Amino acid sequence: MANNSNASASKVLHVLNRLSFGPRPGDLENAKSMGIEAYIKSQISPNSIPESQSVQQQLSSLETLRLSPRELKAEFDRLRQTSQDPKVFSKAQNQWRKLVMDEAIQARFVRAMDSNRQLQEVMVDFWFNHFNVWMLKGLATLWTGSYEEQAIRPNALGKFRQLLGSVAKHPAMLFYLDNWLNTAPNSPGVRGQFNGLNENYARELMELHTLGVDGGYTQKDVVALAQILTGWGLERPKRRMAANAPPPPPPTDNNGFFFDPDRHDFSDKVFLGKTIKGSGIAEGEEVLDLLARHPSTARHISYKLAQYFVSDRPPAPLVAKLAKTFQEKDGDIKAILNTLFSSEEFLSPKNYNAKFKTPYQYVISMVRATDTEIPNFHQFNGFLTQMGMPVYGHREPDGYKNTEDAWLNPDALLRRIEFATRLGNRQFGKSKPLDVGQLSNTLGNNFSNRTREVVASSPPKMQLVLMLGSPEFMKR
Amino acid sequence: MINRRKFLQQISLTSGAAIVAIGSHGWIAKSVNGQTNRQRTIVIFLRGGADGLNIVVPYGESAYYDYRPQIAIAPPGDSQGALELDDRFGLNPALAALMPLWQQGSLAFVHACGYPEATQSHFDAQKYMEVGSTNIRRSLDGWMNRLLSELSTPAPTKAVGLGATMPRILSGRMPVALLPLGRNPQRPSPIDRPQISSLFDRLYTGNDSISKAYQQGRVAREQLLRDLEEEAMAADNGAPPPKGFAVDARKMARIMVKDPSTQLGFLDLGGWDTHVNQGKHEGQLGRNLKSLGEGLAVLVQELGDIYSQTAIVVMSEFGRTARENGNGGTDHGSGNVMWLLGGSLKGRKVYGEWPGLSESQLLGGRYLKVTTDYRDVLASVLTQHMELNPEKLSAVLPGYSSSSKMVLF
Repeated sequence: MANNSNASASKVLHVLNRLSFGPRPGDLENAKSMGIEAYIKSQISPNSIPESQSVQQQLSSLETLRLSPRELKAEFDRLRQTSQDPKVFSKAQNQWRKLVMDEAIQARFVRAMDSNRQLQEVMVDFWFNHFNVWMLKGLATLWTGSYEEQAIRPNALGKFRQLLGSVAKHPAMLFYLDNWLNTAPNSPGVRGQFNGLNENYARELMELHTLGVDGGYTQKDVVALAQILTGWGLERPKRRMAANAPPPPPPTDNNGFFFDPDRHDFSDKVFLGKTIKGSGIAEGEEVLDLLARHPSTARHISYKLAQYFVSDRPPAPLVAKLAKTFQEKDGDIKAILNTLFSSEEFLSPKNYNAKFKTPYQYVISMVRATDTEIPNFHQFNGFLTQMGMPVYGHREPDGYKNTEDAWLNPDALLRRIEFATRLGNRQFGKSKPLDVGQLSNTLGNNFSNRTREVVASSPPKMQLVLMLGSPEFMKR
Repeated sequence: MINRRKFLQQISLTSGAAIVAIGSHGWIAKSVNGQTNRQRTIVIFLRGGADGLNIVVPYGESAYYDYRPQIAIAPPGDSQGALELDDRFGLNPALAALMPLWQQGSLAFVHACGYPEATQSHFDAQKYMEVGSTNIRRSLDGWMNRLLSELSTPAPTKAVGLGATMPRILSGRMPVALLPLGRNPQRPSPIDRPQISSLFDRLYTGNDSISKAYQQGRVAREQLLRDLEEEAMAADNGAPPPKGFAVDARKMARIMVKDPSTQLGFLDLGGWDTHVNQGKHEGQLGRNLKSLGEGLAVLVQELGDIYSQTAIVVMSEFGRTARENGNGGTDHGSGNVMWLLGGSLKGRKVYGEWPGLSESQLLGGRYLKVTTDYRDVLASVLTQHMELNPEKLSAVLPGYSSSSKMVLF
């Protein structure tokens, strides 16, 4: 009987470790009394979970978070007009940028640490890295928060096709991967820097976002896809200044996505062996359908999900199972996760506590376990910067990795322990008085005999620190 | 089970001469190998695009003076003129500290270097040079890391970098030591306090990957702290402590002298993106050059006997516009000068085909053309100096096939 209940306790801990950023005090008991199936079911439908007052309150103070990319840019442009002196107006513009970036980072931390909708936040982490943009590239400074808010989070547990389309049209992605410049050569819209094809987004759309690098496309497909996506760009209020020119057409959506027919290539294209009739914006929608439903995409996404949730080298049968659901359920992310969470591979005890935490996961899990109140997030993002993982700070389009290979090295491990020591000594923020027995309970008493012995024989004020810096807590 | 503390103490005793040992085989390599006769390479990267035309000055070109009314360096012989290298080129006088090395024949330059596919993005350009390839679409390993891997067969070897974060040029599969910059930059860490570290030592006695990483980190950190202590003591012994870059240069040299298995070193220096008021031999560029020149002299001096086995390469991601801009600075350009120092270098020469500076000779009417692939220079260092088998060259510089053979050693 005792064995049975141990087995189920470690299963509950495993599920919390993977579906959330780690247990807070009381989380294990709640999930246990709720039943693990019910817990998973509720997490998969985040809107069924009431958000905590504290999260709502903290988010409501972040006003830039509710602005659309158009509004964020409009304020930036307005500040340009507030002075003739470049020193004055660029200072104002930079303050605006900084405010917008800080609030986006803060919102990310608040939700990851405190939201009751943990699986949604875990999936935001997953999808943001899958569809990575780098916040420090030009206008992406203004738009990255909105990108997560409007393109990623609402679709994190939705349909893959919807997510893909929202990403494709969000100004942050259009800007980051240069598709806003992508222009049919010799089209009537050619001018200035809009002077030819730009393949950057088209390539990553296949290589990273959908088919995967071995997904069966050629350089010809890259060019064809770039041609299909010509004119997918940004609203440009000042684009036609000629006296008798017609007024600029309105943007295609509220975020500021704008399809410019003048820069589009209207010829027929052959893409992945299929003829795409030249017709304008509909071509892009057609290929997004095609890519979202392609078997290579199902495999690629399934592999990445299995790696994120199960193990660094996910078992092939599991990937195949997920890909099957992906195709049968038309990229329904909830359905795929249901298959994943009920699979024997996910539930196999050999995968318990087998994933090495990324620096982000490590920091957040520690704050959650100790119920620390965070007065400001700069120290946290500063630590993550030292660790090579600042929030929204990955330059390349491939996003942060989540494997042990990527993050385990001697220097990094010592820095984690240093961070645990500082947090354990409450150098960052208030935490409720916490004794080590409580922390151990929160973490399901999941420690090796060696760790238990060392903790028990150490001075009381070191016990908490040792637990947070223990080998077991480095993993999830 | 070995007592962890005792174990660390033993390591410290047996490797008293070693300064740096990070990585899975670092200290083991030293104790079993003991090989001393090794070739070394130090790369110094000037981030931001150093203005090669004001470093190795083409004083024979009248166009140079037309393009740069405010910032040109006067010809040799004039007041504050360039230091004569040959009948075409002179050195920025801020680099006077290097002239003795030039006279001894252990300093050379290769002008108009770059990569075949031009870019004016700092980011892409640095990546090209650090990855060793223009195929940079993914997070890729640096060429020094791949070199380390080649050099480590059959005998393990080490590389060390100075800086806050691992530069791309050193990153990859092979473990590399990273030391902090500056004289006493090491923030005290709680893990330095024995009452804390001794407890964590007991948590990480296992044989698993995380415990091993911890153990390596602790050994490295103890040795680093000892090094810093020694250095502080050395400074107390009367000699005026060096400033700026020389501090780091000296640290790098001492590591290499004391630990013969450290074959590769890397340093980077910022502040070369001189869009505004770059000055001549003074000003932003001059100050940087002076600090760099003096640091290089210290580096050579501290390397002492092993300088004869060392090559030092100074490079930057691109050169700058031939013309000065409206702000007394220069903008991102293309071809640039590479610097080489080494005890066995065929020095006292400015290598490379000079493309000329007349309007029609410039790339796009703006930039010094690239006539030497920077990898030709690296290939010479790798094969002739580091004695890398030429067949292994493509493992270090993927996609590179030698276009012209440069003989620098």
